[in-house]
Amino acid sequence: MTTAIAIALYLILGPIIGGLLAGIDRKLSARMQGRQGPPLLQPFYDLFKLFAKQVVVVNHVQDFLVGGFLVFIIFTGCLFFSGGDLLLVFFALTLAGIFFMMSACSANSPYSSMGAQRELLQMMAYEPMVLLVGIGFYMSTGIMSTGSFAVSDIIKSSTSNILYLPGFFIGFVFILAIKLRKSPFDLSTSHHAHQEMVKGLTTEISGNILALVELSHWYENVFLLGIVGLFIVNSTWWSVIIAVIVCVAVYFLEIFADMVFPRVKWEFMLKSTWLITLVTGVLNMIVLSVIR
Amino acid sequence: MTSISKSPWLLHYDGSSCNGCDIEVLACLTPVYDVERFGIFNTGNPKHADIFLITGGINEQNAPVVKQIYEQMPHPKVVVAVGICACDGGIFKECYNILGGVDTVLPVDIFVPGCAARPEAIIDGVVKAIGLLQEKRNAAKKQNAAQKRSAGKERDAAKKEATK
Repeated sequence: MTTAIAIALYLILGPIIGGLLAGIDRKLSARMQGRQGPPLLQPFYDLFKLFAKQVVVVNHVQDFLVGGFLVFIIFTGCLFFSGGDLLLVFFALTLAGIFFMMSACSANSPYSSMGAQRELLQMMAYEPMVLLVGIGFYMSTGIMSTGSFAVSDIIKSSTSNILYLPGFFIGFVFILAIKLRKSPFDLSTSHHAHQEMVKGLTTEISGNILALVELSHWYENVFLLGIVGLFIVNSTWWSVIIAVIVCVAVYFLEIFADMVFPRVKWEFMLKSTWLITLVTGVLNMIVLSVIR
Repeated sequence: MTSISKSPWLLHYDGSSCNGCDIEVLACLTPVYDVERFGIFNTGNPKHADIFLITGGINEQNAPVVKQIYEQMPHPKVVVAVGICACDGGIFKECYNILGGVDTVLPVDIFVPGCAARPEAIIDGVVKAIGLLQEKRNAAKKQNAAQKRSAGKERDAAKKEATK
């Protein structure tokens, strides 16, 4: 019953919260640059406008793959928020990313193909950390009670998992910049005003298909902030409030980093991400296994 | 004011401009003028754009390029010629290589003269272009509805013929 409620809430509130997050992002970025910035609801105006444009179909495979991306992102989020297995959630997320990358490959344009190659490199950069986070949760729940990958067990922990997983948290916030497509790691495609290789992955996508890509990104952002919150939530009710505050703070940090840092080359992204994964994730894991 | 007038995405292309008008277009995005507060932002991708901002005159080399960029933009779209060179060739009008302004190859909707066009004038032109976008969208909707109705009438007439 609660599963159904959680899924329904995610399906309905997900795009609304995601769109508001995007609006806050643009407004805050503008204010950091000394500008007024668009209204908070601007992403929703963008979405409705995209649905009103003429449909220019490059090929139908691309549309099908973008649809697959949307479906699997929603599946990932529903699985996560209904308390499912964390590893399965991460694998579904990876599959959604592959769908998105394939849609860019199918377009046969040089910008899309290069964007797809960079997207693959990005996935190679952040996947180790993401999988380590899953293992970290298993180890920390194992220290507190019995080890479990299920989100429904993780949120029932006696204390916030971040106390055992500080390194994983730092590492995850680092790769969050890649997942949220923000500088310094917005190599494959970036949100709105930033441009790289025209638009990278989304170069050949227009009209209502682009609107679906935007919607998928909103669902994905809500899910990613949910993972950040998972580090904080425990069996007490007020931990949820602290989790929300931490999510807002992390999002603000990502926007700040976006405005401060320029885009880096893929070699630097790969090296720095793997180094951070090694230093924070693996070290944390070694410490946890010694504690056990 | 529906969604297309609240979220017009700009594509800026330099045909053969001296870059004076281009700098003024980019100046519109700076904090002094800040057009992003109207939801406008500068996309580099014609497939994402609603408004085509052209600077510079048209010559043999860029005529097919400009046409291709225009054709890549999905409907509804408007063309804004920024600067006197884009309007009718400007000071280069008598040159052997310049064919003229953008209206020699594309249907231009808004002309923004000036050398270089001031940001206030450019913003004025873009605001007029947004209004035009809305009109085009409404006209397209009416045309679609009329087409559907006439297609329905034809189908009904064909059915009646068949059942006679």
